[in-house]
Amino acid sequence: MIDVVVLFFLFGLLAGLARSELKLPAALYESLSLILLLAIGLKGGEGLAKQALSPLLPQLGAVIVLGVLQTLIAFAILIKLGRLGRSDAAATAAHYGSVSVATFAVGANWLMTRGIDFEPQLAIFLTVMEVPALIVGIMLARGVSKDTDWRALAHESFLGKGVTLLLGGMAIGWIAGPEGLTPIKGLFYDLFKGALALFLLEMGLIVSRQIGELRKRGAFIISFGLFMPLFSGLLGLGCASLLDLSVGGMTLLATLAASASYIAVPATMRLAVPEANPALSLSAVLGITFPFNIMAGIPLYHYFAVQLAGAL
Amino acid sequence: MLANVEKRTLLTVITEAVIEQSLLRDLEKQGVRAYTVSDARGRGSRGIRDAAWDEVANIRIEIICQRAQAELLLSHIQDQYYTDYAMVAFMVEIEILRGEKF
Repeated sequence: MIDVVVLFFLFGLLAGLARSELKLPAALYESLSLILLLAIGLKGGEGLAKQALSPLLPQLGAVIVLGVLQTLIAFAILIKLGRLGRSDAAATAAHYGSVSVATFAVGANWLMTRGIDFEPQLAIFLTVMEVPALIVGIMLARGVSKDTDWRALAHESFLGKGVTLLLGGMAIGWIAGPEGLTPIKGLFYDLFKGALALFLLEMGLIVSRQIGELRKRGAFIISFGLFMPLFSGLLGLGCASLLDLSVGGMTLLATLAASASYIAVPATMRLAVPEANPALSLSAVLGITFPFNIMAGIPLYHYFAVQLAGAL
Repeated sequence: MLANVEKRTLLTVITEAVIEQSLLRDLEKQGVRAYTVSDARGRGSRGIRDAAWDEVANIRIEIICQRAQAELLLSHIQDQYYTDYAMVAFMVEIEILRGEKF
């Protein structure tokens, strides 16, 4: 059975394809993403308050390596098989090495709906995995040149809206603990699914606008958009089993690895690698990878995680 | 008829919202001290930019200054931004009050 939040996505997609007048106010989309980011941060912080933090450090190292590896592999595929130019390949690879909060939220929601637990540090993984791909992508496009304004880029990547909200939410959740959070649970936990549903409605509308662009791009970028998340998802599963995560944690780390950024990376790449065509990466990420992950990918990663956990 | 009217140049830049911060920092380095920024929508050679979300949002920057400075700024942004970003920039002669401000 398809999750109800995904039905909202399909509704938005169909309405957009039918060229309906439907349009969500930009301020609503912003507010919803703010609630989702804070809710994910709060939940992670609340869970982290119950456990020691020092065992997490090697795990963070592992997911950083995972993000770097994905970016390098995507770059190699795009250059060798896709025959893309260096800048376009590097920018697109960075999208695929990084992560999507919306996909994470749908994955977390999928697990929660089925009563499957996952480790609280997944929220930290989400935050940490945004950045390495950005840096690797810029280095692939530029080389390590003096022209790159690393300070501005560091500011852009570490203090962007997404990372700031996630870290802020985590800190508040960690300090307040489960009891302290009770008064605000109504907004951030109980309304999470409703907020996610509306957010996905808008995502459907956004994705519908990529379809025309995708038609122009042809078979390679479409197959890359399908193959890359599957490959990264398996890489994520491998990493998760090395880290000894639960089945829920494995599923969610695979989902994170499979997801591709469409907010933080495009904005930063536009500044750092301006000659790369933003429409190319976005059409693959939004037109193919995001819908694939939320509709087919997440159940698939969960199936693989169950098999892998059974085999170990 | 107003007595103290002076001629100045209005430089208008319509471009991608993603580069707002870096462009404004750049303009300030070029000596721009005052400007107005507003959100914009439209359509051009780079498709529909309807501000439905950040990546397709536009801004319009307006700067009132002396003709010479406007020309310098225009050639600077042409060098720096025209090839890679969606951008339209133009100058108009305008009449203003309080000439000491601009």
